[in-house]
Amino acid sequence: MKDFIIPTERDMGTPAKVGAPVTLEIDGVAVTVPEGTSVLRAAAEAGIPIPKLCASDNLEAFGSCRLCVVEIEGRRGTPASCTTPVTPGMVVHTGSAKVRKIRRGVMELYISDHPLDCLTCSANGDCELQDMAGAVGLRDVRYEAPNNGGMVNHFAPRTTSGEANPEWLPKDDSNPYFSYDPSKCIVCNRCVRACEEVQGTFALTIAGRGFDSRVKAGGAGDDFLASDCVSCGACVQACPTAALQEKSIIEIGTPDRAVITTCAYCGVGCSFRAEMNGDTLVRMVPYKHGKANRGHSCVKGRFAYGYAHHKDRILKPMTRERISDPWREVSWDEALSFAATRMRSLQAQYGRKSIGVITSSRCTNEETYLVQKLARAVFGNNNTDTCARVCHSPTGYGLGQTFGTSAGTQDFDSVEQTDVVIVIGANPTDGHPVFASRLKKRLRAGAKLIVVDPRRIDLVKSPHIAAAHHLPLRPGTNVAVVSALAHVIVTEGLMDEAFIRARCDWDEFQHYAEFISNPRHSPEATALLTGVDPVELRAAARLFATSGNGAIYYGLGVTEHSQGSTTVMGIANLAMLTGNIGRPGVGVNPLRGQNNVQGACDMGSFPHELPGYRHIKGPEVRAIFEEAWGVQIDAEPGLRIPNMLDAAVDGTFKGLYCQGEDIL
Amino acid sequence: MKIYIPMDSAAKALGVEEVATAIRTAAPEAEIIRTGTRGMIWLEPLVEVEIDGERHGYGPATVGDVAGILDGSSVKALGPVADLDWMRRQTRLTFARVGVIDPLSLADYEAHGGLAGLRRALGMDGAGIVAEVTRSGLRGRGGAGFPTGIKWKTVQEAQAPQKYIVCNADEGDSGTFADRMIMEGDPFTLIEGMAIAGLGVGATRGYVYLRSEYPDAIAVMRRAVEIARGAGVLGADVLGSGRAFDMEIRVGAGAYVCGEETSLLNSLEGKRGVVRAKPPLPALEGFLGRPTVVNNVISLATVPVIFEKGAAYYADFGLGRSRGTVTLQIAGNVARGGLFETAFGITLGEVVNDLGGGTLTGRPVKAVQVGGPLGAYIPVGNFDAALGYEELDAKGGLLGHAGLVVFDDGADMLGMARFAMEFCAVESCGKCTPCRIGAVRGVETIDRIAAGDGAAIPLLTDLCETMKDGSLCALGGLTPLPVMSALTHFPDDFATRREAAE
Repeated sequence: MKDFIIPTERDMGTPAKVGAPVTLEIDGVAVTVPEGTSVLRAAAEAGIPIPKLCASDNLEAFGSCRLCVVEIEGRRGTPASCTTPVTPGMVVHTGSAKVRKIRRGVMELYISDHPLDCLTCSANGDCELQDMAGAVGLRDVRYEAPNNGGMVNHFAPRTTSGEANPEWLPKDDSNPYFSYDPSKCIVCNRCVRACEEVQGTFALTIAGRGFDSRVKAGGAGDDFLASDCVSCGACVQACPTAALQEKSIIEIGTPDRAVITTCAYCGVGCSFRAEMNGDTLVRMVPYKHGKANRGHSCVKGRFAYGYAHHKDRILKPMTRERISDPWREVSWDEALSFAATRMRSLQAQYGRKSIGVITSSRCTNEETYLVQKLARAVFGNNNTDTCARVCHSPTGYGLGQTFGTSAGTQDFDSVEQTDVVIVIGANPTDGHPVFASRLKKRLRAGAKLIVVDPRRIDLVKSPHIAAAHHLPLRPGTNVAVVSALAHVIVTEGLMDEAFIRARCDWDEFQHYAEFISNPRHSPEATALLTGVDPVELRAAARLFATSGNGAIYYGLGVTEHSQGSTTVMGIANLAMLTGNIGRPGVGVNPLRGQNNVQGACDMGSFPHELPGYRHIKGPEVRAIFEEAWGVQIDAEPGLRIPNMLDAAVDGTFKGLYCQGEDIL
Repeated sequence: MKIYIPMDSAAKALGVEEVATAIRTAAPEAEIIRTGTRGMIWLEPLVEVEIDGERHGYGPATVGDVAGILDGSSVKALGPVADLDWMRRQTRLTFARVGVIDPLSLADYEAHGGLAGLRRALGMDGAGIVAEVTRSGLRGRGGAGFPTGIKWKTVQEAQAPQKYIVCNADEGDSGTFADRMIMEGDPFTLIEGMAIAGLGVGATRGYVYLRSEYPDAIAVMRRAVEIARGAGVLGADVLGSGRAFDMEIRVGAGAYVCGEETSLLNSLEGKRGVVRAKPPLPALEGFLGRPTVVNNVISLATVPVIFEKGAAYYADFGLGRSRGTVTLQIAGNVARGGLFETAFGITLGEVVNDLGGGTLTGRPVKAVQVGGPLGAYIPVGNFDAALGYEELDAKGGLLGHAGLVVFDDGADMLGMARFAMEFCAVESCGKCTPCRIGAVRGVETIDRIAAGDGAAIPLLTDLCETMKDGSLCALGGLTPLPVMSALTHFPDDFATRREAAE
């Protein structure tokens, strides 16, 4: 059962703004929207659709298609509603005879340069140009060339006299996932802007000018594949026609339904609409209301969905007596009873603790909760573990020790309010591409970046992005570098004393400050060890401490080290020192390996912790769950994954229930 | 012996360099001063010899005339230049020094009133400077006629860590040359105007976006900026005031649309020269997203004289809401073409028939296109139109940059309408649909009319309406003006083809 309202999929035309409320009148309807909102969006909020082609609510207004023109009382002409911000008391008319005539005139021009093959077009029924032609009531295209000759156009390979049409360009099928058909392009620039504004790759541009303007990937002679394009799909999603179209849609046809799901590839956890034609998945489209991705995607989630229909995918329950036997398809009843009987018989033969469970960070909270409960309430032991404990237990421990709870402190939306970012031991453009796009957008808007990584990752310098400081430390020296940053902040008096007094333990801080101020932690003293230029390090520390909202993002380059927990605590200390905890735009953020690491930990899948990180040894803790579940809970922590494997080798661990995880 | 010889591009095109060389050879002892042009192009090359402190003109001079010019016997003698009818009838405020001084002599510039305006402005605060410009009634001379003072006030009141002055010197309109003439003939006045603008609005950096087709103007402006910087007119300490303003010359890449202020800013930033939607206004988010004054050369070059003589003095000239002087550029099929600066209010007929002397071919005048390739064709019947922004607008015209191109009765107005559409198709930036596709369809539709398809005329009218009301900038929005004025005033030129075909 869905206990929430599914938000609208409707495109509101221009991005939402934050600001003081402004009330205006559109077609006699009073509308109140935040200051800075476009008239186009204000109308959409009031349920008044204004025709548009170049506008989209994930892109800044551009004003090129001229379909969204309106009349505003007291203003000359017919301004485009997408580029006109609302003002108090403004009176707008969206459907006057004059604007209707302009829209029809513009649409007539569009269609005069468009192949009229709608019935066989891959975008048939899913084409904004088609929709808008209907919306403006276009009935006739009166343009023709003199003496019945062919008009100048982009869609016919040959002119009426049989010569090659210089305006026609062949289809670019070089990208494996989508094709670009210039003949169907209406030059709305949405793809170019999506590549710039949403993805931040800058692979696309418009080549030529006037009627010759065409979308172009890369430089002269490049096709899509040869360009900087990373196949994130933002351009394809942005295209209102079939100019940029998924090859799957061309081959299979348009979808007839969609299922909202979560991408399982990386730790970002993007929401997708899995668009289906019958039972066939035809396209994965990033879900615009996904909280992690806000309608953006990377190549993996967008196009690498071959797993959905892969021949190796197991679709029916199977059992086998022994490993040398072939798998045998069985009914669900048989499979469940086989598993239950065998697990119970293992316990009868080898003891209560001879079996266990492993769950995964790719599972939902509900799934993970139930699996650990299976171990604790049914198997009667605490042999439950998860991959999350392996990859990010330093996060769990470090943040638990410092903040009292082992969770990252920000959601991905928070990056939009960040002023200075430290990235440590992570390579977001490769590892967490959708988050990287969101981060890059913020950096292009002026936020500063400090990269702490031995590698010269893309974020250090890429189009329109440059790190203010890159501290290329020697591997294994995270603690020294993080401590040196803190040393500079404390010794130069850059910490946020009010925050520390109000939100931390001042006496503890004095102790810490004395420790960290010791000259052995200085950038100069540790440079020999870390290889980091002390001047750069000091500048980076000052920048982070003095630039407004500061956020730290870190990855496995921090946690998968022997001193991982200590580094995490150092990072948490940096955030607390500078008052960067507890509001949007600031915080400490582990970039996880899978999309529900947090939930897997929260749900109690560790052998020593019940849901909510409550330690198994506490009798009062166990009592709560014993009452809820109506069973006795074992007081001893269970086996971790390596212990299970060791015990299996020793012959004491005999059965494993494994969910969503490939421990091999 | 003092001899003044222009080095303006128009004079060069008419052979002044050969004449100058001949004079140097024949009179090696003479002091030769190179100047801008007096603006009487039909007299170029116009050589001036100083006799008893008065400059006597000889032109149009050829190499064969040199001996006569030097001994005073030349039949090309025009008498004192200042006494020529063309010169006497002008009110030269903006162009006061052009053709008079050595463009690259700062001393000459100062001796003729230069820097007086800047010195006066340095005694005023930003708001005072802006108020002075507002009081002068100066309006944008690039074409739009927007009140300069209001634009400056917007920039002055904007809060930003950096503001800019950008001079639009992308003078691409056919039949216009005032910007070029003043940059070649009196560059310091533009520099001074930009410095005053910078002081007024709080901008410390300026750029002149100068079209690549003007190599001489580029060279003169660059040298003038170096000289001004060397003399402390530009730099961190403008004339010892402790206030900073510096500027540089940037060269365009040949796109007409980059004369549109937002495309110009994109081009100046190193981006494709495509039009930006407004708002945001460049005055608030202009060059590099900062508050920016974008003014035409003539607007900025007029600022020094306003400060030198006072806003009231300047505002005293003119007609209605068009205050001060207009720098008319008379071109096309005209007997006497050139630059004529006068108070707003002169009629079109006086300019074309009296000053211009009618057509060069001697045939009757058919129409004048006022305001560049996007301006209306005005028939002789409307020659009583006074040249002022509102006055010309009332006659369906557009003053624009005040370029006038004269046509005789041989002009084919359907062909001129087609040219307007073709020009738009070639120069369109391609961003908005009405301009990008509409201009191409316009050429085709006019070709249909030319081929006798009278049914295409209502379609052309509809297309013009779509382009006028729907385009993003003035290129697509004003192309219908020449087309529709040609169609409205000269319907026979559109009908004869049809009849001929029938």
